Amino acid sequence: MEHIRMPKVENVRLLDRLSSRRAVVGTLYLTATHVIFVENGSETRKETWVLHSQISSIEKQATTATGCPLLIRCKNFQVIQLVIPQERDCHDVYISLIRLARPVKYEELYCFSFNPKLDKEEREQGWKLVDLSEEYNRMGVPNNYWQISDVNRDYGVCDSYPTEVYVPKSATAHIIVGSSKFRSRRRFPALSYYCKSNNASICRSSQPLSGFSARCLEDEQMLQAIRKANPGSDFIYVVDTRPKLNAMANRAAGKGYENEDNYSNIKFQFIGIENIHVMRNSLQKMLEVCELKSPSMSDFLWGLENSGWLKHIKAIMDAGIFIAKAVAEEGVSVLVHCSDGWDRTAQVCSVASLLLDPYYRTMKGFMVLIEKDWVSFGHKFNHRYGNLDGDPKEISPVIDQFIECVWQLMEQFPCAFEFNERFLIHIQHHIYSCQFGNFLCNSQKERRELKIKERTYSLWAHLWKNRADYLNPLYRSDHSQSQGTLHPQIAPCNFLYKFWSGMYNRFEKGLHPRQSVTDYLMAVKEETQQLEEELEVLQERLANLQKSQSGNNKVKSKQQDRSKQFGLYTSNNSLANTPQEYSSDLKSFPSRSPSQGDEDSALILTQDNLKSSDPDLSANSDQESGVEDLSCRSPSGGGCLPSEDSGKDSDEAVFLAG
Amino acid sequence: MEFAELIKTPRADNVVLHRPFHPAVEGTLCLTGHHLIFSSRRQDNAEELWLLHSNIDSIDKRFVGSLGTVVIKCKDLRIIQLDIPGMEECLNIASSIEALSTLDSVTLMYPFFYRPMFEVLEDGWSSFLLEEEFELLSSVTNEWRLSCVNKEFSVCPSYPPLVIVPKSIDDEALRKVALFRHGGRFPVLSYYHKKNGMAMLRSSQPLTGTNGRRCKEDEKLVNATLRSGRRGFVIDTRPLAVAQQARAKGGGFEQEVHYPQWRRIHKYIERFNILQESFIKLVEACNDQSHNMDRWLSKLEASNWLTHIKELLTAACLAAQCIDREGASVLVHGSEGTDSTLQVTSLAQIILDPRCRTIRGFEALIVREWLQAGHPFQQRCAQSAYSNSKQKWEAPVFLLFLECVWQIHRQFPCSFEFNEQFLITLFEHAYASQFGTFLGNNESERAKLKLPQKTMSLWSWVNRPEELSRFQNPIYEANSLVIWPSVAPQSLQLWEGVFLRWNRPSRFLEEAEEERINIIKYNKELQARVNALRRRLAELEAENE
Repeated sequence: MEHIRMPKVENVRLLDRLSSRRAVVGTLYLTATHVIFVENGSETRKETWVLHSQISSIEKQATTATGCPLLIRCKNFQVIQLVIPQERDCHDVYISLIRLARPVKYEELYCFSFNPKLDKEEREQGWKLVDLSEEYNRMGVPNNYWQISDVNRDYGVCDSYPTEVYVPKSATAHIIVGSSKFRSRRRFPALSYYCKSNNASICRSSQPLSGFSARCLEDEQMLQAIRKANPGSDFIYVVDTRPKLNAMANRAAGKGYENEDNYSNIKFQFIGIENIHVMRNSLQKMLEVCELKSPSMSDFLWGLENSGWLKHIKAIMDAGIFIAKAVAEEGVSVLVHCSDGWDRTAQVCSVASLLLDPYYRTMKGFMVLIEKDWVSFGHKFNHRYGNLDGDPKEISPVIDQFIECVWQLMEQFPCAFEFNERFLIHIQHHIYSCQFGNFLCNSQKERRELKIKERTYSLWAHLWKNRADYLNPLYRSDHSQSQGTLHPQIAPCNFLYKFWSGMYNRFEKGLHPRQSVTDYLMAVKEETQQLEEELEVLQERLANLQKSQSGNNKVKSKQQDRSKQFGLYTSNNSLANTPQEYSSDLKSFPSRSPSQGDEDSALILTQDNLKSSDPDLSANSDQESGVEDLSCRSPSGGGCLPSEDSGKDSDEAVFLAG
Repeated sequence: MEFAELIKTPRADNVVLHRPFHPAVEGTLCLTGHHLIFSSRRQDNAEELWLLHSNIDSIDKRFVGSLGTVVIKCKDLRIIQLDIPGMEECLNIASSIEALSTLDSVTLMYPFFYRPMFEVLEDGWSSFLLEEEFELLSSVTNEWRLSCVNKEFSVCPSYPPLVIVPKSIDDEALRKVALFRHGGRFPVLSYYHKKNGMAMLRSSQPLTGTNGRRCKEDEKLVNATLRSGRRGFVIDTRPLAVAQQARAKGGGFEQEVHYPQWRRIHKYIERFNILQESFIKLVEACNDQSHNMDRWLSKLEASNWLTHIKELLTAACLAAQCIDREGASVLVHGSEGTDSTLQVTSLAQIILDPRCRTIRGFEALIVREWLQAGHPFQQRCAQSAYSNSKQKWEAPVFLLFLECVWQIHRQFPCSFEFNEQFLITLFEHAYASQFGTFLGNNESERAKLKLPQKTMSLWSWVNRPEELSRFQNPIYEANSLVIWPSVAPQSLQLWEGVFLRWNRPSRFLEEAEEERINIIKYNKELQARVNALRRRLAELEAENE
């Protein structure tokens, strides 16, 4: 609290990004955890809540006649433009936010103050929802080929690895330790995914410290052991997910990649995915395109191409496809690494697992997948997503890219995933929100030291509790798409990689389809379920009635008329199709801000803040009929020029000044 | 039959058919006067491919030894390859296909030979009559009348015999106005907005020329659609410079001095060869099997196709906004008034009028705003994106319209009674069909060809219950509101259903559609069963009383 110089500013204007002419006036509050904007006037008192941990940048712009503009960009791609009347107030807000958005201690993060009012037992249950040893059992290990190793029990071998690591049975502690000394940050090869049906596996590690000629017997034995754990195949693929040039440059620093001559029976393969710095810049460029005011189609497509974003997404997907193919079709095990083996390796292993195993395409399985390939293997969440103030060069949208790969797959295989787009968006949100403890720190070791499980809540339990919101209505566990391996196409004209406006323009509701097929079908399915129940009740009543009739008994079965409830339901259903009702009555997609779900918020401003504090609802739509502002040239806006040519042309009408 | 002369080799065996995402099949190829027929020899799973010659856009042949390969590119954008053993057979077949797919005479086209295998329940040629439209209009306003001034197509050769015009304007005035408008296309009613009584008119450019000619009757006609003291908007689909240049050739635009109550807006919509080139480039990009993302995106961008979509949608939204939001009447025209004008007026109606989002309403819209309004289908759709021959009048004007409808459909997926398949089917039939609906360039030509007597209407087939069920959107719920689409680039997507249709494994998407249908079907079944049981119970309980 000591960082808040200015807890409240009145008469602040919140601008609509798409149309500067639309603005609402309200009061701005700074709390220990949130920035809150409450609209003046109107009954609804619409509120916009932003968690400090979501703030990625704050920009104070030049003061104008109307006040001092403040631009807040968020990690969940929300952009908030405020105009504060007094320059001094703006400065205070700015200074406060700069500090609040960059906490220096974990204890300052929201998850340590967030209290969803669950008791201790519920909290513990929540953390048990995803259990990795259960997951390895499900995969079929330990077995004749794979065993659990306790070599890292005190994080003694590798401090960024979990304590429980699965390794080939023939890899002794001596081999593991030896191999670890030959690998960057001692991240030795360990099991990521095991394919029960053909014994092929996906293993992961960091790069070898091979330099120009160094060798390590134990490391060679380690790779040999991985091959032996798959008796059906006489070689393994070693996939280096870096561009070849980067890998070669590493050799000069005593690192590098495996020399095929030194390892028996490996096939070495580069699949070039760029490093975190390239990815950070790429996202930056794409977001600049998203922020353009009324861009032309060429501006947009050119900007999208120029950002390289989709190219990078495709590179990750292609690597995943290659590995899934090796495992499923060739039955060959794969060792994947990049440099440290915690970014690109995590992306590629999890994409491959998702393609291979339908379990990871279920809601629970997807949680397990993130826990397995990202959380447990030391993906550096804190550094990558800037939870604590740190080196900006460490920040990179690594898991965002994985999440996008999943979305691209969902678009191509609409029945293959149990969860919907909203599930992905909410996970992305919470990776940055720091509201739950799951993604804190850089490794399992740090999380244990912080006693995360005793002091914070698990996101997975929260999502699981609300799972009805996250279901894909088209998913059926017995559907062909939810069985077996997915085989996506490679060429862009066969697999259309699309710009994900649901994510990167998430808060610009006006850009999204006004009616959600997912929500509509979910409502229908819910009704269907009620019908099934009613059918059962009716059949029972009928049976009773027939029985009593035959017994000449005149006692009537109890009236249990559900039709009233039903009528209500259907009418709700029809509302779902009128765009203006859509955003207020039914959940629009995605429904509510995941940070303010149904639990009590740490801070209550008004009685109804939970319902109305949804930043998603501050949409730009005209409430009457869902009018879209036509590139800021709406005739109803008055005073603006309707045509591109009109500026130069005196013969042209100035559109409706009055 | 004269076709026989063109078919030197009517049949070839051991032909292998290659299609993307299908295993190659061996079978027999037959050529008839109007079809290329391929049937696989496997008895268990016999497969047949029937391709209309008129669907063939271009054909390439090459030889490896005596094995000839013919690559056929179709107007519906599909590409198939046939391996034909025997050089002579292959050459014969290729030249026959070439000749049969480029027949000059309309009366040799398949619709004149097609005999339907179904019973005609309703003759589509008389399904959508302007008289009925007018009757509907008369129930809400009496400011309009049905004029048969063009009965003999003498006033305007590209207009239908009947048009709706302001009541206060007599046929004599219309004749004068026709002389003042390009091709005689005087302003007629395109759409009447019941909500506020505003009208959308369409016409061609006025023939003002360099010396600023005027026509009192024209001014009177358009002013008759204005409420007193209110203004109207002229939406000119050309940029101002083009409109100004048109004066040198006798054309022009409504000048403020003579039309003081009208405000002119120039909303540029691309036309003719620019569109056709864009179409060709886009299809080429979609057939590029390269794995390179940059190349794909830059080709997509360079085609400019989505730019045209955005321009068109924006113009249509503007017209709709003028009517619904500004409460103003609108006159839309470009030069001839047969292409971009119709795109704008018909899309504006999709936005404004819920009726146009039903299957029947959409069909009526196409009949009224495209066929009767004289969009020259035969010229525009003579060739598609693969044609090598020099373009004459081809342009994917109608396809652009259909795609814009699809874009709006995507943003309001529950507001349309029809599905994407319906739009794709219309695209196919506009380019090649067994039905006569899209033959000819206007009503006058259709009358001369006696199409209603000699050919079957597409609507006779589409509106049969069996067919209709394929085109219904399972999640449709009537939405009586105006629907305003977003025209931001982030909201527009490539129409995969047409452009990647043959280049993607469609199974997964088809399965998703099936799943959607099943969810709705099961729900309806349950509802019916619950209702039946409720009635049954009520009866029993009544008996028990």
